[in-house]
This record gives sequence, structure tokens and C-alpha cells, in this order.
Amino acid sequence: MSTTQESFDYSAHIPSNAEKFRQRTLPLLIFAAILVAIPLTGPSRTVYTLMHQMGINIVLALSYNMLLGRAGLLSFGHAVYFGFGGYFAMHAMNWIADGSGIWADFPVFLLPVLGFGAGALAGAVIGWPSCRRAGTTFAMISLGVAELIASGAFMFDSFFGGEQGISGDRMNGPELFGLTLGPISQVYWFIAFWTVVGVVGMYAFTRTPLGKLSEATRDNPQRVQFIGYNPQRVRYLVFIFSGGFAGLAGAMAAVNYEIFTPDAFSLVPSGFILIMAYVGGITYFVGPIFGAILLTYMQSMMSDFTDAWLLYLGVLFISIVMFAPRGLAGIVFGFSAGLRGPRPRAFLITWLTQLAGVALMLIGLIVLVEIAVRWSNGYGEVFAPFGLPLAQANPLSWLLVVAPAIAGVALSRRAARMREAQA
Amino acid sequence: MTSPPALSIRDLSKSFGPARIINGVSLDIAPGERHAIIGPNGAGKSTLFNLISGLYFPTQGSVLLNGQKISGLPPHQINRMGLSRSFQVSNIFTNMTVRENVRCGVLNTMGLGYSFWSNIGANKAAHAKTFEILERCGLSDKANVPASLLPYADQRSLEIAITIAGNPDVILLDEPTAGMSQSETARAVELIAKATEGKTLLIVEHDMGVIFNLADRISVLVYGEILATGTPQEIRGNAEVREAYLGDEALPEELA
Ligand SMILES: Nc1ncnc2c1ncn2[C@@H]1O[C@H](COP(=O)(O)OP(=O)(O)OP(=O)(O)O)[C@@H](O)[C@H]1O
Ligand SMILES: [Mg+2]
Repeated sequence: MSTTQESFDYSAHIPSNAEKFRQRTLPLLIFAAILVAIPLTGPSRTVYTLMHQMGINIVLALSYNMLLGRAGLLSFGHAVYFGFGGYFAMHAMNWIADGSGIWADFPVFLLPVLGFGAGALAGAVIGWPSCRRAGTTFAMISLGVAELIASGAFMFDSFFGGEQGISGDRMNGPELFGLTLGPISQVYWFIAFWTVVGVVGMYAFTRTPLGKLSEATRDNPQRVQFIGYNPQRVRYLVFIFSGGFAGLAGAMAAVNYEIFTPDAFSLVPSGFILIMAYVGGITYFVGPIFGAILLTYMQSMMSDFTDAWLLYLGVLFISIVMFAPRGLAGIVFGFSAGLRGPRPRAFLITWLTQLAGVALMLIGLIVLVEIAVRWSNGYGEVFAPFGLPLAQANPLSWLLVVAPAIAGVALSRRAARMREAQA
Repeated sequence: MTSPPALSIRDLSKSFGPARIINGVSLDIAPGERHAIIGPNGAGKSTLFNLISGLYFPTQGSVLLNGQKISGLPPHQINRMGLSRSFQVSNIFTNMTVRENVRCGVLNTMGLGYSFWSNIGANKAAHAKTFEILERCGLSDKANVPASLLPYADQRSLEIAITIAGNPDVILLDEPTAGMSQSETARAVELIAKATEGKTLLIVEHDMGVIFNLADRISVLVYGEILATGTPQEIRGNAEVREAYLGDEALPEELA
């Protein structure tokens, strides 16, 4: 079997075109098809609003994962680049409304291009000092910069518009694709288009030499130097791209909401971006997409149902960090891999046991939290799921906290033992 | 007419605080020469490699690559000038597959730089070069194995594969066969001999069998100083060298 080096046939060792299509192109096509199909279901205004926020957050969370998942850079200030992209787009929207000079011909539909530029520029300026070091130094600098800009945003009113922020009107300038962007159903196409551009763009980035070097730098910055690359430069370039895509999401938000306020820069949205990406799963490209969809949904829907939704968010985040560090994507792919594994039956039983355990613990937690919140509010309101009143003094209430919790823990331990036995 | 040495180390010293680890080392290595460095544990062999490859700045002295000064330059520039090194402790990209590890090493020679506009997966030349290296290092069957799951000996091969992937003129190998079984060592030596054909090699080794097989010349480093340099025969007969090694288990029978 002595083949000469030149003629070595490596095709068996690299993904075939069919595999590439199935694993890369097809999911993107399905994603795009879903986006096209959604308006056919005749969504309500609420659903549109939710979808738009999801699209924005998908791009934002993916741009964050270019740093955390792909480059190993933990940032606490990603909202800064989102904010700069959004603010610049707001100003440009107003220049378009004024219609002077070149702005008369600039379509609002293309504002995300400017948002990308503004975010990338912010990344280029801020990244210059902060990308010299990874690890804790980088994280601390990102926090400092975020604090600095969040407070600066309240000081420089001509750019940030003070507490009211900057608002505008997207129905100006030339129309593109016949969209006036007036009705919410037209804004949908704008959001859908740029969501796909963002997703495809960031996926393509992972396939480039720089994208690969970013992963190499994450794994082993020292060795990167000895294959001829400067890890600081790799980080810096990735940082600029990440800022650009965050800025693109910012401009999407600017067109969608027609307002940007300095709150956009605060640490709260930065933290939310981190949680979206992490809960979704930072080791997978699609992870942040899952995270953005779930958390956007939780944010807008659960806040209607319960005062305690942030508490649930916190519990979810901590549970993922502790028990499923690969996030939702890890759970989904782990499940499908298990079913295709050598013992799908045993795997499924273990998995369902675990699921039941988690569900029971969740019931205990919900009953506890909901009773406690109402008790603490002091309005005499009583938590009554399915018409069953559960007052804090009612022994049944406490039984419904303790019993499911104990049963849930027991089932989870059982699932853990089953996993060990299978390993 | 005479070309400059491939690697020229001139009066090189390195101190960590008060401790002088490398002390006035001078050494010229001709193009195409295979030069081995031996010495007891803690003699400063790895430190010398770190100085040459740019990981450390020298306290004193200089290093020249093909007549050009490289000491003081950052490692990635030295690498781009044609000097590549391996590490004593495997230093690979753990979350990537074997193939991706080597492909990272190939990027620079493909003229790809920090490119963000081309699809690496569609780059046939990069694939071909990657698999040429993998095939040479006996790793093509494990191309898609995550690097962190490789058995130890294969990790050492991967270490060498990454080192030679960038097509360097001067190769520094730091104990490439450390911890390998006898048969693995034999395979590794064959690989090193083939991979460094026509190149300049500086190798740190404890295994004397390997050294006498590979090296044209040997330098003995003790307490940061070169005790002797010469052909394997000369070193074998050197009384001072024997004395330095006395009682050191690293000394195998071949030297005695
Ligand atoms: N960064 C550093 N700071 C302080 N001391 C160092 C540093 N690097 C190496 N040393 C010291 O320099 C001495 C030489 O170390 P070096 O690793 O170069 O030895 P070596 O000859 O490669 O040994 P071995 O055969 O065990 O690999 C050791 O005493 C080590 O503790
Ligand atoms: Mg050493």
C-alpha cells in the first residue's frame, strides 16, 4: 500500500459533497424556508413582534459566540457593539428622513450594512487595547469598557439623545423590494432577510482560515505563534467581525423599534446576550440560535405569566452551567446521538427517567416560587394552578413543594446510576 | 561563496532572576546538518530552544537564521522566516481533529494569511498538503479523530506533523520520542529522518540510539554551557562528557 505522497487519495477522509450538503447547506435552507413560511400562517401582531425580537437576538447571540465559543474570549460588554450599530443606524435613519446629499438615495432597508460598519469600527477601536490578552484580563477590560460607555452614553447627549434616546421614522427614503416598511408584516421581511444574512455570514466565517485560526487560538494561543500567526492579531480581527455582526443586529433593532436609548449599553443586555449564547450551547454553531429563540420567548411570554420569570431564568442558567455545559444544543444532539447509538432503548429509558426527574423538580420549584412571590407581595393573592388554591398556610401547598422535589431528585439519581451502568 | 550557517547561536545567555540557565552558548549549524543536543535533566536544553524560537528573549547574545538576526523577534515572525519547533510536552489544538490541527499548520505556507474571504474546506491545495503530511506521519487513518483522544504516541507524531506542516528549513525537535516504546521510537526515528531530509535539524534527545542513528554532530549541554561538540565518535570518546554524565541514569551503555 505504498502510494506516493502526491497521489494520496484523501477523499475518503474529508466530508463528501453529499455530507456537506446534508450537514451545512440543508439546515440553512430549512431555516430560510421556515422564515418564508411563517407569514403564511397569518401571525398576529404579538407573534410578529416576538419573531422580530428573536431574529435580532439570533444574530446578536451568534455574534457573541464568535468571541466566547469560537475564540475563547469572555466578554461582559457585548451590548456596546449592538448599541453603536443601533445608534448609528438611528442617526442615519434621521439623515435619510432629512434627505440631504447622498442620504436621499439610501434605503432604510440597507441600514444594517451601516450598523455592521459602526459595530466593526467600535470593535476596532476598543479591541485594540483589549485583545492583547485573553482570559481574565480580557473579561475585566470588557466589563470596564462597558461600564465606561454605559455611563458615557448618558453624558454625550448630541449622539446618544439623553434619557429619551434617539428616535426616528423608518418610512422614508427609497424603497427596496417594494417594501415601505410601514406595516409590521413588511418589517418582517426586513428582519428575516438580515437574520439569514447574519446567520449565513457568521457560518461562512467559521469556514475561513481566520475562523479556523480563531479556534486554534482559543485552544492553544502559544502554539498558534509557532505555526506563524500572531494570536493577538487573530483575536483582534475576530473581535472586529464580532462587533460588526453585533452592530448589524443593532441596526435591525433600530429599524424595528425606531428608537434607541442609552439603556441599550448597560450591563443588563450584555448579561442577557451571554446567557442566551451559553444556555443555547457555545460549543455548537447553532447553540446560540436555540438560546436566542428560547430566551426571547421566555422574556416576552413568561413575564406576562409570572413576576418571577427572572428567577426562573437564573435557575435555568445555573442548571445549564452545572449540569449541561453544552447547553440546549448539547442536549438535542446528545439525544439524537444516543438514539442512533448501540443501545437506543436503554438510552431512551434513561433519558425519559431523567426528564421526569427534572419535570418533577421543576413542579416543586414553581409551586414554591409562586407561593413565595404572592406571599411576599402581601396582596393576599393566592396561587391557584388549575383552579386549586394553594395558600402558604395550606399543608397541601408544602406537600406539593416537597414531594415532587424529593421524587425528582430520586429519579435523577436513578438516571445517573443507569447512565453509569451503561457507560 | 560560503553560505552562512543555517543557524548561528552567538554567546547566548539567559537568566531567570539570579539563576543563569544558559551561559554563553555559541554554536554554528550548517545547512542540512543534523545536530543533536544532549545533556542531563535541567541542563537548559528546552530553554535553549525557547530562546532560539523566540518564546524567551535572551539576556545576552544573539541568534541568526541564515545570516539574519532573529533574536528579539516574536515567535510567529521567526516561524515565517523558516524555523519551526516542536515541544517536549505535546502542544496541540485539543478541541480540533487531527486533520484540522495539521491544516492549521499548513495555512501559512498556502499564502492564506489571516484570510477571511476564502473557504478553507474548498481549498484543494490545502487538503492535499495536509494529507501529504498526515500520510508521512502515519496519521491519515486518524484524520478525523479529535486530537485530545489520540493515544500518546500518536500525539507525539501529531506534534511533529504540526511542526513540519509549515515546510520549514530549520526544524527544532524537543525530545520527540520521549515516553515512546521501542517500536514506536523506531517508527518515529524513521519519520524524523524522512521528514527532515534536506533540512537542518536540531534535536534534543535522551535516547542515544536515536542520536547515533540521526545526528551528524552532537553538542553536550551541561549547566547551561556547551561542554563539547563533535561527531558521535568524538563525543563517545570524550572523557569530560563521561564525567559530566557520571551517575546520571540518562547515560545509556552506548556512551559508557
Ligand atoms: N521560565 C522559567 N523561569 C525560571 N526558571 C526556569 C524557566 N524555564 C526553565 N527554568 C529552569 O531552567 C532550568 C533548565 O530547564 P530546561 O527545561 O531548559 O531543562 P532541560 O535541559 O530541557 O531539561 P529536561 O531534560 O528535563 O527537559 C531548570 O532548572 C528550570 O527550572
Ligand atoms: Mg527539556
